Amino acid sequence: MTHKKAMLIDISLCVGCNACQAGCKEENGLPPNEEKYLSLTAYTALSKYNDLYVRRMCQHCDVPTCVSVCPVGALTKSGVGPVSYDGEKCIGCRYCLQACPFHVPKYEWSSTKPSIRKCKFCPNRLAKGRPTACAEACPTGATKFGDRDELLIEAARRINAEPGKYVTRIYGEQDVGGTSMLYLSPVPFEELGFDSRLGKIPMPMLTMSALSKVPNVLSVGGVLLAGIWWITNRRTEVQAHESALKQGKTQPQEDDE
Amino acid sequence: MKGLRLPHLTGWRPIATILILAGILAAVARFTLGLGATTNLSDEFPWGLWIGFDFLGIGLAASGFTIVAAVHLFHAEEYEPIVRPAILTAFIGYLLVVLVLIIDLGRPDHFWHPLVMWNPHSVMCEISWCLMLYTTVLSLEFAPIILEKFHIHSPIKWIHAVSLPFMIFGVLLSTLHQSSFGSLYLIVPNRLHALWYTPLLPVLFFISCIASGLSMIVLESIIFSRDGRPFLPTRLRANLAKAIALALAVYFVVRIQDLLSRGGFRDMTTLSYYSVAFWGELLIGFVIPFAMLLFERIRVSQTGLYSASLMVVLGFAFNRMNTAITGLEHYPSQTYFPSIIEIFIMLGITACGFCAFSFIAERLPIFRVEESGDPFHHEALSGVQEPLSESPECEDLRPSQADPISRAQLHGG
Repeated sequence: MTHKKAMLIDISLCVGCNACQAGCKEENGLPPNEEKYLSLTAYTALSKYNDLYVRRMCQHCDVPTCVSVCPVGALTKSGVGPVSYDGEKCIGCRYCLQACPFHVPKYEWSSTKPSIRKCKFCPNRLAKGRPTACAEACPTGATKFGDRDELLIEAARRINAEPGKYVTRIYGEQDVGGTSMLYLSPVPFEELGFDSRLGKIPMPMLTMSALSKVPNVLSVGGVLLAGIWWITNRRTEVQAHESALKQGKTQPQEDDE
Repeated sequence: MKGLRLPHLTGWRPIATILILAGILAAVARFTLGLGATTNLSDEFPWGLWIGFDFLGIGLAASGFTIVAAVHLFHAEEYEPIVRPAILTAFIGYLLVVLVLIIDLGRPDHFWHPLVMWNPHSVMCEISWCLMLYTTVLSLEFAPIILEKFHIHSPIKWIHAVSLPFMIFGVLLSTLHQSSFGSLYLIVPNRLHALWYTPLLPVLFFISCIASGLSMIVLESIIFSRDGRPFLPTRLRANLAKAIALALAVYFVVRIQDLLSRGGFRDMTTLSYYSVAFWGELLIGFVIPFAMLLFERIRVSQTGLYSASLMVVLGFAFNRMNTAITGLEHYPSQTYFPSIIEIFIMLGITACGFCAFSFIAERLPIFRVEESGDPFHHEALSGVQEPLSESPECEDLRPSQADPISRAQLHGG
């Protein structure tokens, strides 16, 4: 059985040193600027809310919206956690940008052969049993890498150990069905720009209800339409036959006379 | 019966030429410079004018499947004269939409990927398959008209032999993807404004496309009524108007009922950019034309029917653009206005569509089914009626017989 990996991000521990972004940029070979928002060259970014720093990156949802909407399967979810992207498959429909509830994927708009870019959850490091580059770089333990189940227990322990320090919510535990990024915060998440109204139901369920009706429409609809055609056709046949009979009847009578 | 003088677009040819040339230039720019440099699309607003245009084109092409279903599956044979215009409209509409979709793709060179890479969970995947399959079905439905022109009759027989399953398949495919265009937005409940977001989006898209598709065919039948001689008997056109009114009424009831049940009353009644857009589309496209079509006087008048159908089409366009653009602007408070290149590409492609339509309509027997009286026309489906359709008595089957005026019009009287 694969252990689902995750990261626990404790906003109260973050000092805004930006080591996570630097580590991420080094790992992914990105230009080493300091960036405040997610972009093509920043797979993770630190935004400041009053005196709190919030790290953003791809949430690597358990049931990812982007994976469900991609028509060609360019985005895939691995059992360990990462949501990976294959630019060779991508047709550039940008449905993932439209659908991602966290506004994560960024698009190479200026390119004529564009791809999307986002945090990859360091799949190569995970395969070697190593933590992600950002977690490894974090000096304060604000970002902790580990098994998702264990991190959830750890998060609950932290909330219980110091009542009043955190809001009693682990963002990402159940939001949109659960994500690989788990957040702890000393203030309500809405104040930090998190969308707290996403609900616990994975977004792909919204379209599944419509898509699951496709086979029914095809089978029931097909039979129904064929049936209607048969009935209406039969009716015209009978009409034609009856009028022919009528003509046939009058014809021989005339002959007899 | 006073004939309607439709404004003859005198400068149409030069205008169309300019639009098409500008569209080609814009397309060249788009392909050489990329989407970012030529459109106003962004990470926050990844879909814009073109996706709205796609909804529009597909919706207006909906006459294809409604008329084919009515005439060939439900045997409403009196509407036979509009089968060809309907199929042609659908065929051109779909080709244009496919063209815009390819231009809209970030990787147009990968357009064929949905053929071999499937993600059954994706609405987009379903749509691309429906589009490809239905365009194929439409080309098969359209092929006999071209083949006839060149007197190649043997393939027509083959096409007719398999036409019934193809027609059923086509109707199903249309039903599926007309509604799927609405399903595209089911995934963005947090982005799309509550006035447009509803789990019933697929249903609403489907109902409204029937109204707009039929309105398009009514408009065409009025515009192409040459020499003041209605191409479709007035009575039949009035019946189509009734069907449009029915679709509008169903749409209105479902839409309002759904909005109220989800607590949309405040969104509807407070004055805002969104409520104005919402009531605009609803009044122009649904309420007013419905009220107009209730009157027999308007249903039989060319001018009245023309304006009502035009309003349905406009309101429909309004609705699709609202869903695709306006409704998404409140989140994350990002506005979007299409760039000049996006607009030129859309106008150029629209002009191509109009040119293709009139070019084909002038040269192929699209609006001249009566005169040409081609015996090959769909005999496979009405094989038993074949002798009837060749005898002059076939006119007796037409309800228009009961209406001496329209019957006279039909025969050029």
